[in-house]
This record gives sequence, structure tokens and C-alpha cells, in this order.
Amino acid sequence: MSLRENAAGRHVPAEINGREATPYLGVGARAVSGRKASPLIRSAADYPASGDKRTPDLKTALANAGLSDGMVISTHHHFRNGDLIANQIFDAAKELGVKDLVWFPSASFPCHEHLIQYLVDGTIHHIEGSMNGPLGAFCTSGKMRGMGVLRSHGGRWQAIQDGEVRIDIAVIAAPTADAFGNATGDRGPSACGLLGFALADSMYAEHVVVVTDNLVPFPCLPWQIQGNHIDQVVEVEQVGLPEKIVSGTTQLTKSPDRLLIAEHCAKFVRDVGIMKDGFSFQAGAGGTALAFAIYLKEMMIEAGVTAGFVRGGSTKYLVEMLEEGLTPVILDGQTFDLDGVRSMRENAGHQHTSPFTSYNFHGKGNFASMLDVVILGATEVDTDFNANVVTHTDGSLLHGIGGWQNCLASKCTILAVPSFRNRIPVILDEVTTLCGPGELIDVIATERGLCINPRRTDLIEAASSTSVPMLGIHDLKREVERICGGAPRRAQTTDKVVAAIQWVDGTTIDCVRALE
Amino acid sequence: MRGSHGQASLEVMSDSGDSFPGTWAGSAGARGPKVRSDCWIGIEPRDSGGLEVGVVSTVESYYGENIRTLLRAGCDALGISHARIRVEDGGAYPWVMMARLEAAARDAGVEGDDLLPELDAAATTTTTRERSRRSRLYLPGNEPKYMVNAGLHGPDGIILDLEDSVAPAAKAAARVIVRNALRQVDFGAAERMVRINQGEEGLRDLEFVAEHGCHLVLVPKVEEPAELRAVDARLAELSDAPILLMPIIESAKGVVNAYAIATASERNVALTIGLEDYTADLGVQRTKEGTESRYAREVVVNAARAAGLQAIDTVHSDVSDPEGLKAAVREARGLGFEGKGCIHPRQIALVHEAFLPTDAEVERACAIVRAFRVAEEQGLGVVSLGSKMIDPPVVKRAQKTVEQALEGGLLGADWLDEEGGA
Repeated sequence: MSLRENAAGRHVPAEINGREATPYLGVGARAVSGRKASPLIRSAADYPASGDKRTPDLKTALANAGLSDGMVISTHHHFRNGDLIANQIFDAAKELGVKDLVWFPSASFPCHEHLIQYLVDGTIHHIEGSMNGPLGAFCTSGKMRGMGVLRSHGGRWQAIQDGEVRIDIAVIAAPTADAFGNATGDRGPSACGLLGFALADSMYAEHVVVVTDNLVPFPCLPWQIQGNHIDQVVEVEQVGLPEKIVSGTTQLTKSPDRLLIAEHCAKFVRDVGIMKDGFSFQAGAGGTALAFAIYLKEMMIEAGVTAGFVRGGSTKYLVEMLEEGLTPVILDGQTFDLDGVRSMRENAGHQHTSPFTSYNFHGKGNFASMLDVVILGATEVDTDFNANVVTHTDGSLLHGIGGWQNCLASKCTILAVPSFRNRIPVILDEVTTLCGPGELIDVIATERGLCINPRRTDLIEAASSTSVPMLGIHDLKREVERICGGAPRRAQTTDKVVAAIQWVDGTTIDCVRALE
Repeated sequence: MRGSHGQASLEVMSDSGDSFPGTWAGSAGARGPKVRSDCWIGIEPRDSGGLEVGVVSTVESYYGENIRTLLRAGCDALGISHARIRVEDGGAYPWVMMARLEAAARDAGVEGDDLLPELDAAATTTTTRERSRRSRLYLPGNEPKYMVNAGLHGPDGIILDLEDSVAPAAKAAARVIVRNALRQVDFGAAERMVRINQGEEGLRDLEFVAEHGCHLVLVPKVEEPAELRAVDARLAELSDAPILLMPIIESAKGVVNAYAIATASERNVALTIGLEDYTADLGVQRTKEGTESRYAREVVVNAARAAGLQAIDTVHSDVSDPEGLKAAVREARGLGFEGKGCIHPRQIALVHEAFLPTDAEVERACAIVRAFRVAEEQGLGVVSLGSKMIDPPVVKRAQKTVEQALEGGLLGADWLDEEGGA
């Protein structure tokens, strides 16, 4: 395989699944022109005038859509580990005897382990999307025939618009839909909140199937997915397992060390002056991020500060901030618990967003860069502030990129990480897989204190009076290695590239190799 | 992987060790899929055949070689030439694995030198008699995973507990963990404390504490001054280090003898009380209001003060009740206690906050200190505030309150200038 060195010094494949690839050029360095990819022309005259697009079952719908060898099938991940549909699509494809499909999910979960058999028997050729758990292990074992491609949520939209990925059939599982194909995620027995990750698929795919277990009379209101994009509607008994889609209540971390990291982050945000009237932040549903939001809320109340906007995924704790007037609006990308889903239905302070509004490279701006501060995680960080979010130090592929890369565009990006996990250092000389360039990462927040990127002299100065412990990243690394017993052995890999890691602009920032 | 690594036919395997026996002559540590930052080691000494070591580790791909090197050196230092050894590792730090190896070897009857990790610079710090002891965090002595980051939470003291939090069967292994933790772990600014067992067991515990960087020993369930004198004498035999003592009163008899206990050793710096055992001794329930132990706590405060020691209150065992903790600390402070026990790191900041003087106290203290300064400047023998004369002890207490307020950030360093004198 031909490799080329990119602007980050990483050797990446010149070609990905037969398509020429552009090596990463640097932050903001890729300039593209021309026209975006466009969907096929369709005419209303070709669809039932009654608006009833129902098809009896998924297999028939796939056959109607002309499912054939080598096609690209897309799904969304709003049902997280409770998704029942992606597996059924490939069960049907297997029954139809179709081969070499490409699965293009917005993310995969451990529940998709079921699909390994189809990667083995040739039904699926490869996956372009996150590969977590068993799928990640399958990929890094070198057994997948094609090359995996990992993209951020924004990068997925960009890849569709650039024509890198042409979706043949999009299957959109929907908690509620009507026979015309209007669909929403905020209600129904499998309510998941939003369907934004399926929006590009609905607009650009050659053929779009909505699958629901809660068919309502036209019109399905609100509609997050417009029926005008939809070819067929399939009613099934169940689209997802509710208890695995959203948690009943979001669990706060009990780990004193993670709480300490969260408290450090919140104090930092307060003390450097980010927390002021009209500010904005994003924190996810991970234990540390959730605790950060709670600490920040207390500090906002104490200081009498209200936010201008907050970016979700909504959780109980963000909903409380909305209800208590600490923010006028939550911009939701997804929803993490039942309080979030309920509030989305009842409170006009929620605005649905999608990777287009929040992250898209080919948008005329996006929200990510407007955020004052964002708290993210990472599997590894290096002394140049580069970070990894997809592999562990042993080289195994275990996580997707999600919106992580896109969020690095915020005005202050904080990676909240323990400095080591169960004896395994998180702070290294060089990350195993580069997912985010250090120039975009401003602060590494650990239980031992915060390291500010030396490029951010403004933050260093602003932090001069905070009580949060500050330390140099090289000192932190030394301390971690003293505790853990030296630096860990680097991943032992072969030369075989099994997955490409794409940057937000569609260039290749790094790749993952098969393990020895 | 199977291979020889030099020294006396040591074989190190990374398989599941199916060929190993189910029972072992000696073992130590924690095993099972949930184990973190710890390991289990079984040893079966034999007369010949060299060493056969099976390792299963969650950090095999990161530290496999490092682990093998440590085990080789450890067996060498312990004088083990022929044995079958199995290691089930859940990410144990090197000092933890060394402790487990030594404890398993001792359990199997292997005698010889200790397997001591290096004495870290953090273990060579000293303490002072008068330092603040508002919070002391209890950590179970046989649970190394809690130790490494404990100092980051900022307690005034960290107690590595060998007594009630350690199961009887694990006492010997816990001693080695505590010793190695004292030598290797940086507990930050916290005073380095160990709670030993009662009686003879406790005196044996001291051998694992005295020369290894411990600042203060808590002696449990003290009823007679003689018990404390025995600890004092044993420490003197073991070390020249000025190790301090904090007796714990936990029985009716202990309360009766509180003053004698407080004055039994020059090493005493504080006297504390344990209410679970005390209420059990009385045969009553421990209540939230604490009326059943009010007398005992007052006696302990009084005895401590009379002996010139700090009076330190018991732990607050409900981790999920921050408001209750704060109220309990304020009540303890009102009785004259200067410290409170913590069983979870998140209690520490709450305890420190609740030990701060109230705004009204700070305001009055500032006024008194200002008046004192004015009197000093004017060469007056008597300090007065308004129409009231202020006695010297009141001035002293006000000065202490101002110091606490400064430490706790309630007052700025320039507080004297801010509101312009008395």
C-alpha cells in the first residue's frame, strides 16, 4: 500500500478503498471549490398521490430499493446500544444473497457485534463509521476486507457533500412516523429525542426507507425528518430497546478523582473569566462532563451569571439549568436521558440541531467555533497537546470520533482526562493515533491539575490567580510515569492499514494498523 | 509466550496458568475481574525445578516485561529459587506487586529480608505538633487503589488503616501494603498517619511503620495509659523518628481515663474519639443528635485541652449527606473539637469549610484585633472595643480566628487596610 506523509508527520494511505485520498494539510489549510454532490432527481408524480408509502416489511423495502452487491447502506445511531434495525437490515441482505455491502453508520455500538458474521461471510465488505467494542477488535485484527474509515459527525456530512460517500439506501429508524415518511424522535415507545444524525442521509441518499414502531396518522408532528425525502415507510413491532436508548436518569460519577477533574475544570472556566453573562458551553453525558455542568451551575448561581446558550446532548442537569433560567436555550444534537426527551417535547427552549448546523465543514459557518468552552475526553494526550480518541495505547480501536474533532474548534477546548487509568498512562510522548492536532487543544485537565497549551499565553495569564493547580505537561508526564513504573510499551502493529482517520475537512490525519 | 530470562531457570508464562494448583502454600492480594490497581499472587515453594511463574495481567501489552523484571528481582531479593508462582494482575503499581509478592512469600513460610521499594522524597518529610488537623481521611490499609490519588483531595491527614477496615485474614498483607505505600506514595501536604491494631498486633504493626515515613500513629480503643506507653516504648526501640501519637478513646473506661491517656506520652498531639465502639460499649444506639455521646465528647475535649492536645472528633459516616456533615462539624467546633474524621474524599472540602469561622465571628475578631493594634500603637495597657474592655485571652482567640479566616480565604491579606482601623 502506498503511504504519504501528511502535514502532521503521519504516514497515511494515498488511496482509501480505491478512492484517492488527500493527506491532512493542516488546520484550515484545505480549500475546495466546485459544487456539492447532489441527490437524484425525483418527481412527486412517481409517488402515491395518497401519500401512503408503506411497504410490509424491511426485506421487501430493501428489495424494492434495488439492493444489490457493493451498495452503501446507512443508518443513524440515535438508538445507541438499543438499536434493533441495523442488524435486521443485514439479516435481510444476507437472505437476499447480496454481497460486499458497505455499512455507513453515524456510529456503531456493542449491540452491532451481530454484524461480525456478515463481515466474515462477505455480506458486508467494510464499515465506514465508528467501530466500537467487538467491531473495533475485528477491524484491528486485520480481518475486515476493506479499509475502515472513521469520520467526525461533521466529517460524515462533508463526505456526503463531497461525493466521497454516495449512500445507496438510507434506513432511518424512527420512534414515530406517518405513512408519508415524516418522522420524529421525541415521542413514541422508543423515543430517542432527535434524529439529526440521519438528516444528511434523508437528503442525499438515492433511496430512503423510514422504519417505525409507532405509525401515526398524517401529519406526524413535529417532523424532524421530512417525508418529502422518503421513498418507503415500514412498520415493525419494535425499533429499539428503550432502556438502552436513553438512560432513565443520567448517573453522576461517584469517582472522587473524576469529580475532582470536573471541579478543576469548572473553577478554571470561572476563574479565567470565561464564565460571564452570555457565555456558552458544551459538555456531554460522560461522568466527568456531567459533573462539570453541575459544578459550573453552582458557580453560575453563586456569581449570578446566566449563559447565552448551551449545547446539549440534553441531560437532566442541562434541563434543570434551562428550567431555572440559567440558560435561555439548549441547542440539542442528541438526548441522553428521559428528562432530556421530556423537556424537548415540553419546553420551547430546546432547538434541534444537526451535524450540518453544528459541525459541517461545507456550511457557511457552524456553531462549534462559536462556543466559549467545551469539555471533551480523550484516550491519550501527548506532550504537544495532540490527542487520540479512537484507539488505546495498545493500538486497539475502541471508540468513534463522534463530534469530538468538530468541537475542537471552540474558543477554549478542555480535555478532561485522568492522567492514568488503572496503571496505564494517558499522558505520552506521542499519541498512538492522532485525531486532534495540539494547536486546537487548549487545556489538559487532570486530577493532578491543569496543563495549559503554551500557545495560549492569554489563558496562562488569565489563570495566574486561580486556585486550581497548574503544571507543565512534561512534569505531569514524569509524575505519571513515576507512579505507573515507566512509560508503557507502544502498540505492536503490523504494516497493514485497517482504518483511516479523517480530519473534519475530509483529509486523512492518521490511520490505524492491524495488531500483531 | 514461554521463555527463559537468565537467572536460575526462571520461566515466565503469560497464559491462563491452567497447569497451576488450585490451592497455594501462600497467597496475598485481591483477585477477580473487578480488581483495579492491585493483584493477587500465589506461591507454592518447592525443593527443585527453579521458578515457574504464570502471569495474567490487564496491562500485559503495556508493562509485561516490566512485570517480569520486577518478579525476577523480587524473587531474587526474597531468596526464592524454587517455586511455582501465579500472578493475577489488575494493573498493580510496582510497589503494590512487590508488597503482594512479599506477603505471599511470608504466608508460604519464606523468611528473609524485606522487599523494600525505594524511599521516595515524599516519605522523608516531617510534621509539626501544632499543625492543623481539621480533616483526616481514612483509607483501608489493604486497598492500594485508593492511596495513590488520596493526597490530591487536600486532607490535613491521611490515615492508612490497619485496624477495623482490614479483615483479620488480610492483616499481614495489609501491613506490607501500608509500609510500601508510606515509602512510595506522595500524599502531598497531608500528614502521613497509620492506625494500628490494638495490643500485641498493634506493636507488631509498628515494625512496618516506624522507619518508613510515617508522621503519626493512631492508637485505637485505648483504655489505660499503659497501652500508650507500650506503643511509645516500641516506637523508641524501632526508630529515632519523632513519630507522634493520637490515642482514640472508644469505651466508657477510656472516657474515664481520658486525661491520664492524654498525658501518658510526650508523643501525644491530639486526642480523638470513636463513637461506633463507644456507643456499642454503652449498649445504646448511635443517633444523629448524639445525645448519648455528648458527655464522652465533652470529656475528651476537656482532657485534650487540659493536656495541651488538639481535640479531634469522630467520623461522619453518611457520605451522601453533605449538609448533615457540615452541621456535625459546626456542632463539633462549638464543643471545642478542631478536627473531624472523613471516610470519603468529597467530605474533605466540606469539613474545611465548616471549620471556618462564621462571618459574624470574623467581623468581631477583626474589630478586636484592630482595637488591640490601636492599643499597642498608643501604648495602652488595656484593649477596649466600644465601651467594653477586652481581656487578653479574647484577643488571642480573635487573632486565631483572623488567621483561620485568612487561611480560608474569608479575608484578604490587606484586611487591616480595607475598613480603616477600629
